[in-house]
Amino acid sequence: MEDLITLRNRLEEMLRTQRLAVLSTAGPGGEPYSSLVSFAAPGTGRLLFATTRATRKYENLRADGRVALLVDNRRNEEADFHEALAATALGRAVELSGEERERGIDAYTFKLPFLEEFVRAPSCALFRVGVEKWIVVTRFQNVIEVVPDS
Amino acid sequence: MTLTLSIDRVEPRDRGRVGDKGYALSRMARRGLPVPGALLVTVEAYRRYIDLTGIGEAIALEINRKIADEMRWEEMWDAALRIRTLFLRTPLPADIHDGLARDVEARFRDVAVVVRSSAPGEDSAKASFAGLHDSFVNVRGTESILDHIRLVWASLWSDAALLYRKELALDIATSAMAVVVQEIVAGDRSGVAFTVSPDDPSRAVIEAVHGLNQGLVDGTVEPDRWILDRRTGQVLSHRPAERQKALFASGAGVEVRPLAPGPAGMPPLTPQDVDLVFRTAMEVEKFFGSPQDMEWTIRKGELHILQARPVTAGEPAAGEDKRPWYLTLRRSFENLKALRQEVEGRWIPAMIADADALSGIDLAALSDEALAAEIDRRRSLLGKWTDIYTEYFIPLAHGIRLFGQTYNDALRPEDPYEFMDLLGGTEMISLERNRLLERMAGRVRGSPRLAEALRTGAPSGLDAAFDEDFETFSRTFGDLGCGTDRCFTGQAALAGLLLRMAEAPPAKERFDPGTIDRRRDAFLSRFTGDERKRAAEILDLGRASYRLRDNDNIHLGRIEGALLAAVAEAMPRLARRPGFAAAGISAEQAARALRDPQWRPQEGVPGKKREGLGSGLRARQLRGQPAGPGVARGPARVISNPEDLLEIRAGEILVCDAIDPNMTFAVPLAAGIVERRGGMLIHGAIIAREYGIPCVTGIPGAAELIRTGDCVSVDGWLGIVTIEAGPSL
Repeated sequence: MEDLITLRNRLEEMLRTQRLAVLSTAGPGGEPYSSLVSFAAPGTGRLLFATTRATRKYENLRADGRVALLVDNRRNEEADFHEALAATALGRAVELSGEERERGIDAYTFKLPFLEEFVRAPSCALFRVGVEKWIVVTRFQNVIEVVPDS
Repeated sequence: MTLTLSIDRVEPRDRGRVGDKGYALSRMARRGLPVPGALLVTVEAYRRYIDLTGIGEAIALEINRKIADEMRWEEMWDAALRIRTLFLRTPLPADIHDGLARDVEARFRDVAVVVRSSAPGEDSAKASFAGLHDSFVNVRGTESILDHIRLVWASLWSDAALLYRKELALDIATSAMAVVVQEIVAGDRSGVAFTVSPDDPSRAVIEAVHGLNQGLVDGTVEPDRWILDRRTGQVLSHRPAERQKALFASGAGVEVRPLAPGPAGMPPLTPQDVDLVFRTAMEVEKFFGSPQDMEWTIRKGELHILQARPVTAGEPAAGEDKRPWYLTLRRSFENLKALRQEVEGRWIPAMIADADALSGIDLAALSDEALAAEIDRRRSLLGKWTDIYTEYFIPLAHGIRLFGQTYNDALRPEDPYEFMDLLGGTEMISLERNRLLERMAGRVRGSPRLAEALRTGAPSGLDAAFDEDFETFSRTFGDLGCGTDRCFTGQAALAGLLLRMAEAPPAKERFDPGTIDRRRDAFLSRFTGDERKRAAEILDLGRASYRLRDNDNIHLGRIEGALLAAVAEAMPRLARRPGFAAAGISAEQAARALRDPQWRPQEGVPGKKREGLGSGLRARQLRGQPAGPGVARGPARVISNPEDLLEIRAGEILVCDAIDPNMTFAVPLAAGIVERRGGMLIHGAIIAREYGIPCVTGIPGAAELIRTGDCVSVDGWLGIVTIEAGPSL
């Protein structure tokens, strides 16, 4: 059980180091849609990602904020099957504005400084996902649900 | 790419390609020392096979199923068995096959060979791990030699190697295996020589047997032993063996035969032979520059060196490390046969006699002092039998593996556990007990009056057949069962169980004699002549090992139960003393308290702590070992205390730390089984197979991570448990 007990630490470490996540949203008819986004995670309970407003995902999120985000550390090697961690966040995305957006941009650019111009552009929306639950997979088949730190 | 190298064509730069054993042999050959002709299959052949077939990923998945430190010895057996099946069922790609076949054919067309492992680094001077990999003696014919090369490759991942995987740095990306295909020298006398004795650096040791060397190496044949002065070669002592039997080449393999009176009366070596072996071994030591462990054989007066490797101080040490003991469990057929005789003929009757004698004692009639003495006597008896269990009964379980390997080699089935079906349906006591329970439950099922009477606690007098079974059950099996620290006593427990069994449809055993007969015939049809006789004997041994693995625990459980009964007799006596908290005290404490009326236990025994995962975490899916095929879904019944077992209802998933045979009465009610302890030889898995109940074992923390009432699904094909719905986080 040792690797399960240290799971929360491994999850936090992965959120600190990985830059990209797969975002899943739902279209107007409920059709699933996935896209790659860069993200920052000030903690396991909150994720930040940015998108320009002309995108399909933005359109989807405007209508339905429910999202799933997959973060993982696979390297496309055989060892992935026993070494890789894959974590799916379930939650709701809210577009930030005003003061909240400014604070969010600070956190986002702290991790992703090279995206400052992108995230500050007036055409770019910054979303905050309140994570209700993480579903974390280790060793290919072990699955543990994790409630994020508040 | 070079698939093979001839032993006389190896250069120093090839050491990593041909492995340590192959390299040492080639150096001796070039030096002119008497080694048999050999072909060395390079590690490149192994690597190409792994690459082209893609089985490397499957091996990696298998060995990384869980953290290495959490894998029990039985789980390593299982992993190694599955990996071996992978090699058995994955043919050589055409180019490797054709290349190897050409070289083998050219060299060994009509010659029997020994196929030996030669792992790079295994004989390094810092550490030695002899015996972790397989060698095969007396293999004949190109295709058979090629098959055995694959089996030697598979043994890179043997259970023994997995035990030492850290020390060996066993890793799919870097580890590889070379193979020595060596012309067999069917010597009439063989042995080993250590140029430095492990016990005394000033001495050398020679061991010798009649016949082939393998009998000595695997412990089947006891050797004569000579201790020599290393400096002068003078014999300091000679310890003769009993010399009853020897190992000889036979058909496709080897067999043990009794020794004729002539050789049996003579040491395998004359004083001149001892001198020859010693001087040759010293020459080898001088050549390699370090003390050597040399295997040799003498044919028609000529000495041949079969292999040599450095003697090292880095051999696996005993003490806290239990692994050397596990290695002793890999036993030969002959050894297991003898062990079986001892267990069946000596130990089991003696254990039953002890248990019977204990059950005849009227504990209530004993004074406090006499009861204390009785508790102490039972404690020491249980200790004695637990030691005998470890020394004799556990190793006998290897008979199951030996049969499994023989079956898999012969039939190469897709399911590596198919052989288990042939072991089912043996006369296991826990099954007999369950059959009797089922018969009683059947009568309750058909009689509402009997059911009502059981509920109110007065079942006798309504149904003579039921009464007789009830009486037989109590007489034959005593209490319903003993858990780890207490027994279920009295009729109420049995009545409750029967009522719940009656609510469910009758439990069915999976095996019928017809199926087992058909499987047995299919197995035996792969052999002819003497080999068929031997295969039948191995099957018989496997069935006996399987049956005894269960039965010996029932007998041991009776001894344990007798101790617990004596403690149970003490409890009310002690509880009557003012301020005495009798609950949960140990047998030792009970005896002490009975002797000393003033003594009080320091503190109560803490209850079992539920560890769990910590706050905010919930297990959703857990991966263990597939141990009983099938899929089941139902509410979990977690067994944290023995009493929990009495609460089980039909259709529930039994979740526990470990099922011991005294708990198996509850198994037919379960829809599925989840267990922390892993491996196909554990009791839970054996009984689950008998009833065809899906079973997953080797889930660390199963009883802590799953809670009673959680909706659980058990995938016994893949070894996966999913907790579909549980308490909210």
